[in-house]
Amino acid sequence: MNFGIKKLLAGLCFIVTTTSLTAQDKYFTKSGSIHFTSKGAIETIQAGHRSITCVLDSKTGALQFAVLMKGFEFKKALMQEHFNENYVESDKYPKAEFRGQIVNNSEINYTTDGTYNAHVKGKLTLHGQTKEVEADGKITVKNGKLLANADFTIQMSDYNISIPKLVKENMSNTVSINVNCALEPLKS
Amino acid sequence: MKRITCTLLATCFVLLAGNKLKAQNEDLLKLVKEDTVKKEWASGAFKSSRVINGQSMELIGKGVLDVRILHRFGLVSNGAKEFFGLDQASMRMGFDYGLGTNLTIGVGRSTLNKELDAFFKYRPVRQGSGDGGFPFSIVWVSGVTVFTIPWVDTTRKNYFSSRIAYYNEIIIGRKFSNAFSLQVSPVMVHRNMVTNGDDKNNTWALGIGARLKLTKRTAFVVDYHPILSGREPGTKDPLSVGFDIETGGHVFQLHFSNSTGMNEKAFLTGTTSDFWKGDIRFGFNLSRVFQVGKKH
Repeated sequence: MNFGIKKLLAGLCFIVTTTSLTAQDKYFTKSGSIHFTSKGAIETIQAGHRSITCVLDSKTGALQFAVLMKGFEFKKALMQEHFNENYVESDKYPKAEFRGQIVNNSEINYTTDGTYNAHVKGKLTLHGQTKEVEADGKITVKNGKLLANADFTIQMSDYNISIPKLVKENMSNTVSINVNCALEPLKS
Repeated sequence: MKRITCTLLATCFVLLAGNKLKAQNEDLLKLVKEDTVKKEWASGAFKSSRVINGQSMELIGKGVLDVRILHRFGLVSNGAKEFFGLDQASMRMGFDYGLGTNLTIGVGRSTLNKELDAFFKYRPVRQGSGDGGFPFSIVWVSGVTVFTIPWVDTTRKNYFSSRIAYYNEIIIGRKFSNAFSLQVSPVMVHRNMVTNGDDKNNTWALGIGARLKLTKRTAFVVDYHPILSGREPGTKDPLSVGFDIETGGHVFQLHFSNSTGMNEKAFLTGTTSDFWKGDIRFGFNLSRVFQVGKKH
């Protein structure tokens, strides 16, 4: 009898531990991409990044991004230098982070292939400043993998990124951001 | 036996509880291992490819065309009637082009002696941090100058080769912090022809350049070239102090200096004013860069 209970408990233990280990509810990538564009009267600033980290927990809808600021590539070498040195101050603030939530997570069926609308809300930390941002995006489920993309805009002044007076007329304070990530199941 | 059962049960609960807790508010990004710190190049040790007169440890980047307009004026001590030297201007117009990240070539022409100059600048070692980062940059510059004013003495046989001078320079520099950069640069100038028979053909100097950043877009710079040997009689050590002001693609270098020469041969063998006696001139370098070629 005693022996039977022990067996049962051992079995239960096994089930509990294994299910928690194998459940594929988290997805990730280390090679997501971001593009941003800021269209000013004279100067259009554009850059891309191809190695951002993104983790999504499909159970809770929690969504987080990490971006190394020095990884942004510009067409103009000098623009890239100025971006890092004068605008986002990459040595002081090497990383930008987003921590948020897919608000309508329950509407997304991660086990069925298809494209779902996702509304994301959360906090973006950039240049040492944290601000609430919202974005509408899409999540495409295909063969157990996810494609996530979203567009949103931020204001440079919200993040204490100042444009010098001399070029204020040439540049725009608004930055349009496009995020594109192919997420794979995270094996822990 | 009971004890074992209890332990198993407890373990079960701990695992269950642990899982629950984890799901509440976790740092998802921590689940993904961060990459090791990648090698990062130091950049922007100086705002411009020149400290003031001398070459800096910076290169302009691949596919970049740097149009440089340099002015040196008369002595400030000439006073109001000469508009503090601004009535007399000497200039050099130059074009530098980045053939690669570590290779720049440039040409220029100065009004002083109607002199043409050309150089190449190569960086075999670049300062970096992280894996395999080197603590300083090493840059090699070699150039040639040709003056084209008519010969003063037409009675003697004048050779074209006499118009030519060469210079070779090694720059060792380090960006110590965002605010402070320092470089030393031994430089040798060889003139095929010198003014007097017993003048030396080779002039050696040790360039010292430093930058102190004042704000994001302005910096204080010092450029000093003490002559070590082969000094042209009557010449002084060139010394310049000034400010770099950067606005987007432009860099303005406003400075006070005792030299008028705007290439290595000209300022190392032709600086006759004495900085410490107040023989100072105002001057500026204007640099405008254009990305004309591909960066990669």
